[in-house]
Amino acid sequence: MSNIEERVKKIVAEQLGVKEDEVQTEASFVEDLGADSLDTVELVMALEEEFETEIPDEEAEKITTVKLAIDYINENLA
Amino acid sequence: MSDNKIALVTGASRGIGKAIAEHLANDGMTVIGTATSNGGAEAITAYLSALGNEGCGMRLDVADSDSVTEVIKAITERFGAPTVLVNNAGITRDNILMRMKDDEWDSVINTNLNALYRVSKACLRGMTKARWGRIVNITSVVGAMGNMGQSNYAATKAGAQGFARALARELGSRAVTVNSVAPGFIDTDMTRELPDAQRDALQGQIPLGRLGDPAEIAAVVSFLCSNAAGYVTGETIHVNGGMYMA
Repeated sequence: MSNIEERVKKIVAEQLGVKEDEVQTEASFVEDLGADSLDTVELVMALEEEFETEIPDEEAEKITTVKLAIDYINENLA
Repeated sequence: MSDNKIALVTGASRGIGKAIAEHLANDGMTVIGTATSNGGAEAITAYLSALGNEGCGMRLDVADSDSVTEVIKAITERFGAPTVLVNNAGITRDNILMRMKDDEWDSVINTNLNALYRVSKACLRGMTKARWGRIVNITSVVGAMGNMGQSNYAATKAGAQGFARALARELGSRAVTVNSVAPGFIDTDMTRELPDAQRDALQGQIPLGRLGDPAEIAAVVSFLCSNAAGYVTGETIHVNGGMYMA
């Protein structure tokens, strides 16, 4: 497991109040992890802080699963 | 009551905004007051300093998106993210609708209503993160009753109350409350522009028989911004000497 993947999963678990082992790579924030629309906005805010970046709104809206978050960070920051 | 909260009050150089800024400063908050001119911002810094407040005045045009983004960033860097926001800045451009010009309509909508979108949105990140926030919109009795020659102003004030109710629902889960205070006729520069005859006629419609004092609005805003008001949200509190009873 890459370092980025671990960091993303840790943040998802913290933000959504779920256990880290529930945060499967394919999990959807809303459907699998019980996030509401405000949670998903705050999750992106937390990712921005962790990775010291700004994710534009139009990109942020597409990040709906753990995998998409990891991919975004990998593509844009790694 | 305050663990050094940062409060942002727009339109704080005079009138109701100034009274609110002073009251929140006396409540122990660090207050940032905004004005559209450098002179106004300096005057705010002066009265806040006189109260021993660490806050200051800043120049902000709420009708300009870039200005809003810049100022919120500057406040956050210097003082921390505001968790108390009083949307007070407002203007009037009165005219009966049949004579109203596009710029009279547009400038009132932009300053009184579009600014709520800009300034509130810019402050939400800090509030949701803090899991605590207070937004108070200063509206007007005119938003509920209507007033001749103020279709533009009344639309923004009624709109602000609807905005508060919707935002209150969005942010309830983060303990951020959003309310409105609707002043009646308060003794400020804005009402001093009214013709004497209209002022006298108005006074006759007010059970308490006088115009209100800005401090009487500030006291209600202070309550809504306090921890004690944590269960009040989406509400409009009318402070008008009884001229309109909701």
